[in-house]
Amino acid sequence: MIPGLESHDAWSAARRQEPVATGSEDAGDSFVRPFIVTGGRTAPRNGGLRVDTLVRARAGAAESALEFERLSIVRLCAERALSVAEVAVGIGVPLGVARILIADLIAENLLDHQESTALSGHAIERIRDLVRAL
Amino acid sequence: MSGHSEHTPAACPLPVKIVVSGGFGVGKTTLIGAISEIEPLTTEAAMTEVSVGVDDTTVLPDKSTTTVAFDFGRITLDSSYVLYMFGTPGQERFSFLWDDVSDGALGAILLVDTRRIEDCYPVIDYFEERGTPFVVAVNTFDGADRFETEEVREALGVSSGTKIVHCDARNRASVKGVLVELIENVLLQHDSRHSSDTEAPERLVTG
Repeated sequence: MIPGLESHDAWSAARRQEPVATGSEDAGDSFVRPFIVTGGRTAPRNGGLRVDTLVRARAGAAESALEFERLSIVRLCAERALSVAEVAVGIGVPLGVARILIADLIAENLLDHQESTALSGHAIERIRDLVRAL
Repeated sequence: MSGHSEHTPAACPLPVKIVVSGGFGVGKTTLIGAISEIEPLTTEAAMTEVSVGVDDTTVLPDKSTTTVAFDFGRITLDSSYVLYMFGTPGQERFSFLWDDVSDGALGAILLVDTRRIEDCYPVIDYFEERGTPFVVAVNTFDGADRFETEEVREALGVSSGTKIVHCDARNRASVKGVLVELIENVLLQHDSRHSSDTEAPERLVTG
């Protein structure tokens, strides 16, 4: 019925768990603790996303039933591909939080992603020429 | 890292990452801002518990949270490539960030202030151990003594194979020159690595 319902359930269930408390008492934070929005998880489901990995929303992703931050991410990268770091800044969360949310959205087929890869000599030459022409 | 490119969405160009490392106040953000198409953005990374343990808080007396900010900029090269420049503090107590920022990087610029050259030692070791191609860019501050390249080389303890250039981090053309030097260096390392082995098939990016 509702796309992404199963993961939403999992997300809500995870959210009921206590958020990580270690070492945060002395921080004096009065705002929402960052990992509340990830349901207390501090590591993404599958591996890590690099800071420069580009993500872009798939067609129709913005129409899915998504929660606040998740919806913000999908809307943010609907028009153009953005790096994980740009998404973190764009939705105002620390990098670690953005990584988890983005990894979930990728797993749910709502985002495409492109990681940097080993480049051929030809590709490096091309990049050099493009930089030179800036 | 390893083959995890099950699909190549046409929607996403390929990110190309360059690390800009150097001590506090050396001009990393200035350098990034001189050439970035966006105002440099700042993101926060949380320290892991392990690094909190080794972090020397006496150096940062006002430190009340276990996060560190780092800046980055973006240059859209064409429809196939987007270049990102990530600034990362060069001091060893931030080494937990280095892997995060350096993984998959094309190369690195080590920005040096000749008044605080010792800030660079750990990160030089790091790049050398990882085999990350890097160039040393000496930021020529107003009023800073201008040292000869060989003096800088000796002070840094880098081999003659490491390119050292002088730059003005505020100047776009100067920063562009540093980037070109770096990419030339990446090419040299790439060619020497691949001249002896059988050429591994690599993904071609069309576009």
